[in-house]
This record gives sequence, structure tokens and C-alpha cells, in this order.
Amino acid sequence: MLLIDCPWCGPRDEIEFVCGGESHIVRPAPEVDDAAWADYMFMRTNPKGRHAERWGHVHGCGQWFSLVRDTVTHEISAVYRFDQPRPAERD
Amino acid sequence: MRRLAEGGRIDRSQLLNFYFDQRRLQGFAGDTLASALLANGVSIVGRSFKYHRPRGIMAAGPEEPNALVTLGDGALAEPNLRATDIPLQDGLYATSQNRWPSLGFDVGATADMLSRFLPAGFYYKTFMWPGWRYFEPHIRRAAGLGPAPTTVEPDPERYLRRYHHCDVLVIGAGPAGLAAARAAASAGLDVTLVERDVEPGGSLLWRGGTVDGMDADGFIAGLPPLRLLTRATAIGYYDHNAVTVLEHLPPGGPARQRLWQIRARQVVLATGAIERHLVFPNNDRPGVMLADATLHYLRRHAVACGQRAIFVTNNDTAYDAALALAEAGVEIAAVADVRRGADGDAPRRARERGLKVLDGVTALATTGRGRVSAVRIGDIGGGGGRWMEADLVALSGGWTPTVHLHRQAGGTVRWDEGALAFLPDQARQAQRSAGAAAGAVTLAQTLRGGHEAGAAAAAALGAEPSVAAPVAEGCHVAAPRALWQVALPPSAGKQFVDFQNDVTAGDIALAARENYVSVEHLKRYTTLGMATDQGKTSNLPGLAILAETTARPIPEVGTTTFRPPYVAVTMGAVAADAVGEDYQPRRRLPAHDEHVAAGALFEDFGPWPRPAAYLRPGEDLDAAARREARAARAAAVMFDATPLGKIEVFGRDAETFLERIYCTPVAGLKAGRIRYGAMLTEHGVVLDDGVLARLGPDRFLLSPSSGAALRVHRWIEEWRQGEWPDLDVRIANLTHAFACVAVAGPQARAVVARIAPALDLSPAALPHMAFADGVVAGVAARIARVSFTGEVQYEITVPASHGAALWRLVQGFDEITPIGIEAWLRLRVDKGYIHVGSDSDGTSLPGDVGFGPLVARKTGDFVGKRSLLRPDAVRPDREQLVGLVASDPAFVLPVGAQILPGQGVALPVPAIGRVTSACFSEALGHGIALGRLRGGRGRIGDTVEIYHLGRRLTAQVTALPFFDPKGERLHG
Repeated sequence: MLLIDCPWCGPRDEIEFVCGGESHIVRPAPEVDDAAWADYMFMRTNPKGRHAERWGHVHGCGQWFSLVRDTVTHEISAVYRFDQPRPAERD
Repeated sequence: MRRLAEGGRIDRSQLLNFYFDQRRLQGFAGDTLASALLANGVSIVGRSFKYHRPRGIMAAGPEEPNALVTLGDGALAEPNLRATDIPLQDGLYATSQNRWPSLGFDVGATADMLSRFLPAGFYYKTFMWPGWRYFEPHIRRAAGLGPAPTTVEPDPERYLRRYHHCDVLVIGAGPAGLAAARAAASAGLDVTLVERDVEPGGSLLWRGGTVDGMDADGFIAGLPPLRLLTRATAIGYYDHNAVTVLEHLPPGGPARQRLWQIRARQVVLATGAIERHLVFPNNDRPGVMLADATLHYLRRHAVACGQRAIFVTNNDTAYDAALALAEAGVEIAAVADVRRGADGDAPRRARERGLKVLDGVTALATTGRGRVSAVRIGDIGGGGGRWMEADLVALSGGWTPTVHLHRQAGGTVRWDEGALAFLPDQARQAQRSAGAAAGAVTLAQTLRGGHEAGAAAAAALGAEPSVAAPVAEGCHVAAPRALWQVALPPSAGKQFVDFQNDVTAGDIALAARENYVSVEHLKRYTTLGMATDQGKTSNLPGLAILAETTARPIPEVGTTTFRPPYVAVTMGAVAADAVGEDYQPRRRLPAHDEHVAAGALFEDFGPWPRPAAYLRPGEDLDAAARREARAARAAAVMFDATPLGKIEVFGRDAETFLERIYCTPVAGLKAGRIRYGAMLTEHGVVLDDGVLARLGPDRFLLSPSSGAALRVHRWIEEWRQGEWPDLDVRIANLTHAFACVAVAGPQARAVVARIAPALDLSPAALPHMAFADGVVAGVAARIARVSFTGEVQYEITVPASHGAALWRLVQGFDEITPIGIEAWLRLRVDKGYIHVGSDSDGTSLPGDVGFGPLVARKTGDFVGKRSLLRPDAVRPDREQLVGLVASDPAFVLPVGAQILPGQGVALPVPAIGRVTSACFSEALGHGIALGRLRGGRGRIGDTVEIYHLGRRLTAQVTALPFFDPKGERLHG
């Protein structure tokens, strides 16, 4: 049960949010070939470790944002708005 | 066994009557069911799971494997409760389990005589032909725990859930937990201390000792302010320091149980350790107990568990129990120590006081009818030995730190060869273990460790304790010696490892021989540790025996996974008050009472109870729906369309945004006009269809379907924020702010003209797919012409607070018939309008359901567009929406029936389509259906064979719509 620090509301329980999958996926123009489209649709980094992902505070303020979560420990090392860049990795 | 005249933490002035197997017995306030049974001389409390061997109480806490009882009867009967965890109450009604007809004489005990034919994996190997399913019910009945209550009455008790936050959560109120909580609370922090027992103190209450010169009560009285929960067991440790705690509330309280979800900034795990038994032949005879449990019953409940006791131990702690029992008048026949010359303070003290201590020996066998009467003590190698009489055999096979929560929290453990235990190593969350859970043995170590853990938790929060660590007298402890089983042949008797699931050392050896050498495989093959006690006493001996058998070190064998919950939890506590009507929040139509008065039969659609039909006397749902559908074609009907989505999208870039969201054209829509629209997922799959109205240059109103309103709102909001934050767009979901009544039918215009007399309703002024703002019954209203029914249809939208008044106003006209959702959905089948989710599924692209031409008119990008260009999306044999009419016109094709790939084909064969909606058309006088058929648009006019539950039917494929193809009625 994650504790997520919504950039607008502060720390809230995971049940107030939905996860929207990996962040920073660039949507290509429709002219791309099938392989590039499939890459956008289906291919994700799926790391063991830090993962940037989108969460929506749908049962709260309704805002979406990104966070960096460690997929092994669930530690959330950064929370940032869509208009902010992904924070530089520490260590 | 007897109750001592004095001592114990019981109240002898409060005599309590209780029942065990219908026998009336007596105990005192402060007893548990287990201590009261022991005081009454009840030796056999249950029959074992597989062999039906008689079993007695072995432990004093949640690790008890044998003493499972059913409490209460009827709707409140709860099976598989541990007698050791049940505080005695007046009138308590307990029943033993897994015996027939009685505890003393159990027919199932023949299983024990046949047991050489019942080794681990026996069932899997034996009952293979013709199939396990034929044998399973019989075997499950023979090998069972308590039966679940068979009554259909709901549980009459109440359960609660509570959310709680604190600075420091301390789990366990034994000496370590008390010291940790004291340190953290003295630093000014908000501390919550949870204890599974009825009172705090832990081992101080029976092992004794003084803390800063005080006894347990004195030490507890001096604690700084903190929140203490008793009879509260931490059962799960989840991410980010979320801990669930199951609290049992006293009778007469607000509920039976309360499930806490606690989020703590820091956690201290002072969960103690569980004593292990020793594994030797017939070690399960009633009267064989854990050494610490005998001390527990003596000091807590003033019960002497036997008259002549033999202690068998591999460590120092059992000596304290032996000395205490001797002091209370129990004859101690011997203390058998598997070690030679143990030099700890406790063995030395025992020798000084004259206890007979035997070195280098262990128990090799027991005998006795019903209860143990003698035990054979001999060399730990298994040879020789002599019988010694005893009615109590107290075992200590060492201590297993309770690392469950530490492991659930992602922490690691390391094997400590000196302590013969897995100890907490690295923590992953903001938690630390202290006391016996971290391997402490003496009270002095435990208190120091607890204080340090509390101080470290405080330091992590920037605070510092204002008290010094509590002190107790130290002592010298000799190391334990490993003795995991006795090297004796199977003929010497079963050496039980897991009492609750009847798993023996022989079963583990057999599993290892059959190459189940992974501890996870061993567990599943032998069922070691899979009983309701989850192997609290047996897991470590089991894996140690596996290590021995396979000649591997214990850490290489490792442990099984520790999963929540730590103890079994009733489903009632998990559900809490989210049951029945409170299962989920319900939406209520503003005109709900009017629907009730009109005879509505309600059905749930998402959170909304909606009228399915309005029944007249003698009508069922189908008859009412047919009458209502006829009224729509003949006169006028009114429909409560309030749940229809109402989402406003506004801003300078609203049109650009919607052009990207919809797969149908939006640009060019004039203010005051309405268009049909559909949206797709990025996979190109139809997500929803509905209409959108342009309220002004920069303002639109979307009407997604009722069931999708919330989903669509979230969907477009995610695109706005995530993909196009540069667009000037705002989105507001107004679905619940307004009520909507749809009026449809040839006489709809006449009805609406009377309630909105100021509006020009002529087709020229207000054509199909246009709206006008006006006043209805003195309230601002929007009147929109759209049609789901194929008739002239007006949707009148007013503020929700006026919804009931609007309904009553429209209902007052003679030509009006209220129509429910059943008939409403049938009318659209006449027109071939799809219902997304019924006539489409997760593979349906817009072209499959007839939206192709609309989509083709768009040039720009939109969500899902690129996916429509995939080879799979453009193949000609996709499943396409068609009409189907059965060869028997009166027949209504069953929804879900499969379309076969030819006449008379042999089954099984892959279907080429299916019926998705069907009804009897009142307008046409015969049955009609919508379906999806491979390459269906090219097969109009074909006859197809349809299979349904063994029947074969024929139907003709038709074009859509079935009714009024030119739309003359709808535009009229």
C-alpha cells in the first residue's frame, strides 16, 4: 500500500490513485511505420529498479503527475509534475 | 493438573461457566479457554488432521497447533479458533473438531493404523484413475478442520475498519516493546503500541524478573502517555510502513472486531520468539507441551499442567520453568538436557536446588493411553534409554524469532548458528526489530535492545528519549545445541514436525528422496506449514530436517515466504461495514420515489438503481417492456435519462482537443447543433459512443453513454494533462448536477409543446440533432432533439434538484407512458444502434460496427487512428455488425448463440460470429437480432446456421437498420 505524495494534495493513500504506466513515452505522428507504432504502443523499459511512471489522483484533485518508483523496494524517490523534467538520478 | 490455591493473574471471585462439547465446566475471569480446560483436567482437545490422533494443548499463544475449536453455533459459529487465544467468558460455548462421533472414540482414528499406507503425496500417487475429482470430496471430509457454518443467515455481528497514523508503531508489548515505546514516547512522539494479549507485559507476566527494580505492573504504570491496543494482532506489513492490525473488541463493544490500517513513520517490531518442540517418536501425545507454556499457565492462570513432569531441552530457558513448577509443588522427575555439561546460570541454579539434571540425553519415545504416562529418556544418538513415569513432558527445542512482519516488510534474515535461528538482518522499510524477535535471550538484553530500537526510531524523526534504558539483572546463558530429530527407524513411531497437518520427519525424508529438495516444493508436497498455524512451531524444524537429509547447511535450504496474514482473519473483518446496501455508494435518481410510485422494477446499472420497466398488475418484465415499446411507436413515452453523461469541455482549443479525442468529425459543428460521436482507445477499439453538442464557439457538451460517463471523463482528462497540456482546454463532469427526461414517440412534440410553450418546436426551428435553451415549469432547461429510439425524441435537462418535479409534470399527460431501460434498449435494436460493450468488445474497431464512413471523413490525427491502419485492422474478414432474423419469425435468437461456418458442419468447430443483442420487435412483429459475423457486410441475404446449447437454428443475415431506414419518423 503505497503512500504517494501528490504534488497538489500531499501524501495520500494509494487507493486514491490510478497508475497510468510508464512516463515519458513519446507519441509518434500517425505517419510512422507499423514497427514504430508497435514500439510506442507496447514496448516498455520494465526495469528492475527505478521506474518513472504516471499516476492520477483520480479520487482526489484529479491531477496527473509522474513519480520515480523502485520496482523492487517500492521506494518513491521523486514526484514531479508533467511540466517538470525527470529529476537527475542520485547515487 | 490442578488449579493452585493462590497466584496467577485470574480473579477467583468471578466464577465463569462455559461449555466444551456440551459439558459444563467452570473457570475464572482471566482464564483463556485453554487454561480453563487444563484446570479442568481436559487432556484431549482435538483429533489430528490426517491420522485422527488424540491431541492436547501444546502451547499458550497463537502458535498452538492442536487446540482448535469451534466457538458458538448457528450463524455465529466460527471454526478453527485457537483455545489459547480465546479469553474465557461466561456462557462460552466451544466444540472440538475433526472427530466422529466423539473426542474419546473417533472412528477416523483407523487412519492412524493404516498410516504406513498414507505417506506424503499418497493421494496424488494413488487416486489418479479415473480422476482426483471423484475422490477429493471423500478425502476432504475425512481430513478436515472445523466445518464452516451452514446457516444461510448473515453474520449478525458488526465489524469496523479504522485508519490511523502515528509517529512510531511498536508491535508487541513485552519487555522489548515496552522499553521501545517508553523511549519513543519520552521523546514527545505519538506512539501506538499494539499487543495481541489481553494485557501488556509479555513474558514479564510469566517469566518474571524486575525492571528498574519494579515488577511488570510497576513498570507499565510508569510509562509515558501512549496509545495502547490490546487483543490486537498485527497481521500484515505492507509497503511504505502500512501495517494492518486485527483488534478483538470486548463483548458489548461497538463491534466484534476492528481492522486497523496504521501508517507509521517508524515501526519497532518487538514480536518476540516462539518456542519449538523436539522431534522424536510419538511426541504428539497429550501431556507433551512446550516448556514455556507450562510456565505461562502456572504464572498467568495458576494452573499446574501436570503432577510429575520431565523437561527435555536443548537450551537454558526450560530450567526456569522447571524450577518454577517445582516451587509450585509439581514433582520434577528430571530435566533432560541434550547438551553435555551446560554451564549457564539456569542449569547451575537448577542443580543447586536439587533438580535431577541428565546430560546428553533426550526423549526417545512416549507411552500412555489418552495421555502420556511415561517417556523413554536415552542417548541423543537414539540408543538405549529407560522409561521414566511422567504425566507432563515439557519440551524446549529452542526459540524461533517471530520475523514474519520483518520479512513481509521486505527485510532479509541471516542464519545464526550460535542461536540456531534466522535473525532479522537488513530492513527495507523504516522498521527495526528488538528483543527476542532480534535474538535477545535474557531480560537485560531484551530491555536494552528495546530501548535502543525506540531511541533509534525517535532519532530518525529528530527526537531524543528523555529516559535512560531500563535495566534488569543479567545472567550467563549457555548456547543451545541442535537436535532436529532422533535417528530411529520408522517402526519406533512417528516423529511429528507439523502437528496441525500431521507431517512427520519421515514425510520430509520421503519428499527429499523423491527430489522435493526445494523448501517451497517440500512445503507443498508434504503440506508442512500449510495449516492454519502456518507452521509457527514447525517450519524451522522442518527445513532443518530437510537440510540434514540432503546434507546442506540450513541457510542454503532457506525459508518459505512469509505472507500475511500472521493469524487467520475472518472475512467479516476484511469486509468491515462494506456489506449489503453499504457495499458501495449508490446513486439515486432525483425522481426515484416517483419511479417507485409508478411501479418500477429496479435493476442496478453501475451505482444507479434504474427502472427496468414499470409493471402493471399481472405483468412480468417482458410483458411490461413489450407494452412500453408499443407505446413508444404509437403515442409517447418518457424515460429517465439522468445517468447519461454530461461533460462540458471548454476553452480556446476545445474544438482542436475534441477533434483529437473523437474518431468522428467535430470541426464544423455549429453552435446549437448536435453530432453523433465515437471515441477510440489508442488500440483503435471503440471506447464509447454518444452525442456532443456545441454550446458556443469554445464550449461543448459531451454525452457519453450512462455506464461510461465517469470513464470517459477520466480518459479525456488524462489525454489533456498528459499529451496536450499546451491546449487551452478545461473539462467539467456535470453528470450529477442535472436530471434529464427523454420524451419520445409520434406525440412527443405535442407533449413538449405543452410544458415549454414559449419554444418553437417546429422541425424547421428545432430539427433533429439541434437543441434550444428554454424554460420548463419556471426553471431553465435545455431541450435537445436526439434519438435513441428512432422516434422524434426530446431530451429535457434541468438542474437535478428539479428532476422529480419535471418527471411529475411530464407524467401528468394522458398520452404519456413511462418506459424503463429494458424497452428503451429494445427500441434501439429496431434501428441497429449499437450498445458499446454488448454489440462491441475489446476487438471492435469503428469499421466493424458501422462507423467506417464517419471515420473516413477525418484527415487529422486522433486517438487510435494509427492503429486502424494495421494489417489486422483492414483485413476483409473482420467480424462486422449485421442484422439477423431467425427463420421462425416468432423466435428471438438467444444472445450469445454462435454462428457456425456452414450448414450442418460437425462440431466442434470455430464459430464465425455470434448474436450480441436480440428482442421481439413490436414495430415489425417478429424477432430481430444484432450480431457480429466475419465479413458480415458482404454476406447480407445469406442464410447462416446458429448453434445454441445443443440446438441448431437458421437465420438470415440482413442489412441495418431493420426499421425506418430513411429516418422519416425520427426527423418528423
